[in-house]
Amino acid sequence: MSDSTVVGLHDEEQHHPELLHHFAEPQQQRDAASLGMWIFLATEVMFFGGLFCAYLIYRRMYFGDFGAASKSIDATLGATNTAVLICSSLTVVLAVWAAQTALRKLLIGSLVITMLLGMVFLGIKAKEYKDKFEEHHVPGASFSFDHVPIPGHPGQYANPRHAEIFFSLYFIMTGLHALHMIIGLGLFAWLLFMAWKGRFTPEYHTPIEIGGLYWHFVDIVWIYLFPLLYLIDRHP
Amino acid sequence: MATTTIQPVERENYLNKEYGVGSWLFTTDHKRIALLYLISITFFFFIGGFFALLIRLELLTPASDLVQPDTYNKLFTMHGMVMVFFFLIPSIPAVLGNFLVPMMIGAKDLAFPRINLLSWYLYIIGGVMMLHCMLTGGVDTGWTFYTPFSTAFSNTKVVEAGLAIFVAGFSSILTGLNFVVTIHRMRAPGMTWSRLPLFIWAHYATSIIQILGTPVIAITLVLVVAERTLHLGIFDPKLGGDPLLFQHLFWFYSHPAVYIMILPSMGVVTEIIACFARKRIFGYSFVAFSSIAIAVFGFLVWAHHMFVAGISIYAALVFSILSYAVAVPSAVKVFNWTATLYKGSIHYDAPMLYAFGFIGLFTMGGLTGLFLAALGIDVHVTDTYFVIAHFHYIMVGGALMGYLGGLHFWWPKISGRLYPEGWARLAALIVFLGFNLTFFPQFVLGYLGMPRRYADYSHMPEFQVLNVLSTAGATVLGVGYLLPMLYFLWSMRYGKPAPDNPWKAAGLEWMTSSPPTTFNFEQEPIVTWEAYNYDELDTGHKQEVKVVG
Amino acid sequence: MYFSVWAALLLGTFITYKVAYIDLDRFNAAVALTIATIKALLVALFFMHIKGAHEKLLKLVVISTLFFLFILLVLSMADYGTRTWS
Repeated sequence: MSDSTVVGLHDEEQHHPELLHHFAEPQQQRDAASLGMWIFLATEVMFFGGLFCAYLIYRRMYFGDFGAASKSIDATLGATNTAVLICSSLTVVLAVWAAQTALRKLLIGSLVITMLLGMVFLGIKAKEYKDKFEEHHVPGASFSFDHVPIPGHPGQYANPRHAEIFFSLYFIMTGLHALHMIIGLGLFAWLLFMAWKGRFTPEYHTPIEIGGLYWHFVDIVWIYLFPLLYLIDRHP
Repeated sequence: MATTTIQPVERENYLNKEYGVGSWLFTTDHKRIALLYLISITFFFFIGGFFALLIRLELLTPASDLVQPDTYNKLFTMHGMVMVFFFLIPSIPAVLGNFLVPMMIGAKDLAFPRINLLSWYLYIIGGVMMLHCMLTGGVDTGWTFYTPFSTAFSNTKVVEAGLAIFVAGFSSILTGLNFVVTIHRMRAPGMTWSRLPLFIWAHYATSIIQILGTPVIAITLVLVVAERTLHLGIFDPKLGGDPLLFQHLFWFYSHPAVYIMILPSMGVVTEIIACFARKRIFGYSFVAFSSIAIAVFGFLVWAHHMFVAGISIYAALVFSILSYAVAVPSAVKVFNWTATLYKGSIHYDAPMLYAFGFIGLFTMGGLTGLFLAALGIDVHVTDTYFVIAHFHYIMVGGALMGYLGGLHFWWPKISGRLYPEGWARLAALIVFLGFNLTFFPQFVLGYLGMPRRYADYSHMPEFQVLNVLSTAGATVLGVGYLLPMLYFLWSMRYGKPAPDNPWKAAGLEWMTSSPPTTFNFEQEPIVTWEAYNYDELDTGHKQEVKVVG
Repeated sequence: MYFSVWAALLLGTFITYKVAYIDLDRFNAAVALTIATIKALLVALFFMHIKGAHEKLLKLVVISTLFFLFILLVLSMADYGTRTWS
């Protein structure tokens, strides 16, 4: 439906092949795409924000029980995953830089490593979920959390019902985050495909930039999820 | 050689450029998408109206004789859900906003035309899910989905309704996103922020709310669905969950949502008043910034819906004070419109009648909102018909009248035809009278103590008279809404062809043809004049305009 | 320069992890969240290029989003926090 016979102000100029018809010039298109992605990230902040709100309220209400539940998830795996994502953010900025400087091999390599790191993250997550399933910490009919001591309060045991709330939030928050990772992997697979076909140049690599913004955002969410979920009360 | 008859050639415009279902369903033209929305939201308006009719018919008698209470619960729930999420929230932004925003700023289209089309498809998918939900049993939780009834006890189709609204919510988010980027990035040369029509400022403010608020209700509905399907106990008191947490998260969006519904309408009214008083808007900056202020303050007041739900009294005090604050920018607008009318050259065309109706009814609705913001009064009238009357004054007397006024005002531009002015003025009058007859008695009913959401009020039979009046008003109102539908359709075939600027209005959209061509402007306009330059237009001062659509 | 940010992020993670095992009573959470915020800022400013942005608009988008998130969290907590007063 898009019409390419429009009379614009820049007939004489070579139209960049990626310039869409309703934009006057490539810089305008780039600025629009960038602002669009930032605003989309703003919606994602509020989307996760609702969950953080629920989490903070219940953590305050049931601090001891949450502490006990938090202690039962593997902080080492969580920390490892944090490091994995941080490394993947580095490879993403390298990919953007490679696109800006027309270093095709570095671009493709960075995109591949980013995706591999993303898959490592998901793999570790899967292991964590499997552990939780085996320990009957998945909310639902088979949930059990009996006789788990509250950290710092010897002799007191966590209320299993409140612990179940913790695990509900744990699975919803990390699950939603993992879903965003999977979508990110899909996005990067597409970027990799386009990069392989040589579609990106120093003048046009907007998809990589805005894909990168998305990936960094997912990293930032995890940067907050890790201490909040894993490190509530770790001291013996 | 055959003789050729000279026939007036219909100029190519966005309507006749391409024919065929595909050219509409796969369009990226913001104007066609606006019409797709127009048809869809009108459809849902009549569905919501149908439920309203059943509600009013039931309330003619004190006993629950037309429908069972369980069914009545479904009626008011679905009336609310359809009207809020599938009519009011999209209405002006998706129809008038989509059509006009690019034209008013001198652009060829929105920043992301394909995302615009995606928005419409998401709306349709959500709408189909909602329809399916309604046809296979419906929901009875109230449009407010309060827990733990919605999560644990209701045995109606809560999940499907929740997911339908979730999907429609993303339609709203993407529309807002599109508008903000468009307004920032695609203004024509010379179109500075202070030259923008106030309709644009209103939509900008609305978009901020859509972007920041809607995701919160999205995640809240996800949590309700998760709790219902997976039995994750976030709001379940049996597990130590707090039902009030749901209300906090729900109203964090749903209060700003009411500003999504009213701000665009205020933008429409501003355009209409300037045109039909032939004057620049009094206090342009005040009106512009009050739109932004409403958007910002609107996020700070949500718990005034929870005064009697069990929040702490200290929190209630804070929210009460903030609720008073949010009324100030709205009042600023009303003062500015009034000042604009003063010594203006008033014309009483149909759009102006709707604008007048808006000012009066919105003011009444707004003032009764202040009554509700006072804790003492709220304890007495919350969950009564007083609240229902309050919000219908704003949403129907306000937002819907603004929408109708805007449809009339821009109809010549959208369709290339003139609607019949006599019928339009009659319809406006019928709507105004019908509206007041329907909803004014409800203020009285509420103050006297009739609770909302009750099918059976036979323990308070003295309320019947007012209820009968209200139902009578509703039928009048229904006629008033049907008339425009009929004559708009009529005008598409038999209406007089419209000139480019039948109202001699200011604004870039009026400098295109009626209807406009697909890309609006043949050449990018260059703006050198201030908004609402009616003094220049009326004294024949020619503008340097290099645009012809 | 990206590499120094990356190193700082990894260091921050390591510190957060180790400090969690030390008993600081109420300050554990504050320390962890402060470090998390610094890390988030580093990612946003340097990896997402807010630092070099020529337009103030991006900063406005980020700040207003955080402001409203803050409102959601703080005003809700204000209710829960004051329910047991008097």
